[in-house]
Amino acid sequence: MSAAPSSWSGWLRPDGRKGIRNLVLVVYTVECAKFVAHEIGRGKEDVHVIGFPGCYDNAYAIRLMLALARHPNTGAVLAVGLGCEYTQPGRIAEAVRRSGRPAENFFIQESGGTTASIAKGKEIVGRLRTEIRASVPRVTMTPADLVVGCECGGSDGTSGLAGNPVVGAFFDRLVDAGGTALFEEVVEMIGLRDILLARAADDTAAAQLGAAYDKAADYCRSVRQYSASPGNFAGGLTTIEEKSMGAFAKSGSRPIRGVIKVAQPPPGPGLWLLDSVPDPHFMQFGYTNPNDTEGLMDLIAAGAQIVLFVTGRGSVIGSPVAPLIKITGNGGTFRRLPEDMDFDASPVLTGGATLAGKADELFRLVSSVAAGEATKPERLGHREYFIMYKHQDTPGLLEGCRA
Amino acid sequence: MVDAFQIHPEDNVATLVADAGAGEQVALRGGSGVCRAATAITTGHKIAVAAVPAGAPVVKFGVPIGHATRAIAPGDWVHLHNLASDHDERSNTLDVATGVPADTPYE
Repeated sequence: MSAAPSSWSGWLRPDGRKGIRNLVLVVYTVECAKFVAHEIGRGKEDVHVIGFPGCYDNAYAIRLMLALARHPNTGAVLAVGLGCEYTQPGRIAEAVRRSGRPAENFFIQESGGTTASIAKGKEIVGRLRTEIRASVPRVTMTPADLVVGCECGGSDGTSGLAGNPVVGAFFDRLVDAGGTALFEEVVEMIGLRDILLARAADDTAAAQLGAAYDKAADYCRSVRQYSASPGNFAGGLTTIEEKSMGAFAKSGSRPIRGVIKVAQPPPGPGLWLLDSVPDPHFMQFGYTNPNDTEGLMDLIAAGAQIVLFVTGRGSVIGSPVAPLIKITGNGGTFRRLPEDMDFDASPVLTGGATLAGKADELFRLVSSVAAGEATKPERLGHREYFIMYKHQDTPGLLEGCRA
Repeated sequence: MVDAFQIHPEDNVATLVADAGAGEQVALRGGSGVCRAATAITTGHKIAVAAVPAGAPVVKFGVPIGHATRAIAPGDWVHLHNLASDHDERSNTLDVATGVPADTPYE
């Protein structure tokens, strides 16, 4: 691999955050509008689509969609609704315009149905693309401007030995360079309460970590689900405690500054834990992270411009809004899925490379992607997303002026 | 001869980095010495590097990852059939080879 750029040109957003892509995001507000939204975005690498399937609105899902619509990589938004759902495309567009980005919206019922709505949407997206290409200021970026999120999925016995430790060593380097690192999956820290709290930067962070751990442990107990899948067991992982130790390795070794909730940007640089576990609510809302994509959306909604996914078993997902880099510690998986896996951490296990050497290599890859290089999922057009009904107490109301 | 990774000196299991055949010698990296795989053990799975009495903690990364549900001898494959979580009771009902749940009805 060639030398990594130490700085590159990004896009400056009105809130001061910097993006590594300049995308138009199409947001649909009910499952009924999904087909039209995807047809509007079809075939354009800088037009991404997300949406919410439910007709009844949900404060958590709206916060998540707005965080993606005002993400540093998002330049403009088109919100498309059917016309009779609770979630309002007009209010989404209005909130996006308040952030200083161009945004438009329409209802399919008022636009002549499928074909006419697709044509209308393509015309609007074309205009928005031209506008943001011409008007968004370019700005110099360095690793200190990066927010990088990581989760793991499809873990096996190599994940805790190679994949996650390489990300942990990369996160140490990113934090030392003044950047921001986000990790999540509190449900994969079960059994590690003391180890987690020992990493807290201060007493406030320790209290937040303890509360997040206790909530996750209660949640797992009540739904009888401990975030371990058949593939994990087949891959050699036996217990959640074992998987937890391997998963926690991706946090590296720097102090954890605190806990953020979904759709909440980290209050400053350094290492943060993202809590995506539902808060207590009379409707419950099912599993904490029903699949890998759901967790990646949460990391992106926090403002991560790039996300890392560590998988021992292998995976073929991508993500909208922020490029996904897929990492495996299993050399067999890397060879079996060559067009999908971006980074092979397995030489750490076979003695072919050191942990430090691989972490430096990952830093170079992340910097190259930030500078514009397409990841494998980007090249293949993978943009899976998953936005679900969930409840978390509104961070702004509860947290006060903590930031 | 294949390698297994012993992460912490107090660990009583090591993780195979290549498939081991039944009776094959396994060299411990991170730890010391060799042991012999009692059965075939695949990559990513655990081999016992010390005897673990029934009920005693199985230790990996230097922390307990559960307890032995029966006596484990050095060289044994350590998985769902002889190791149980102290937190997650459902994992103890899964199929030992595939990890697939056996307690969900498909009717």
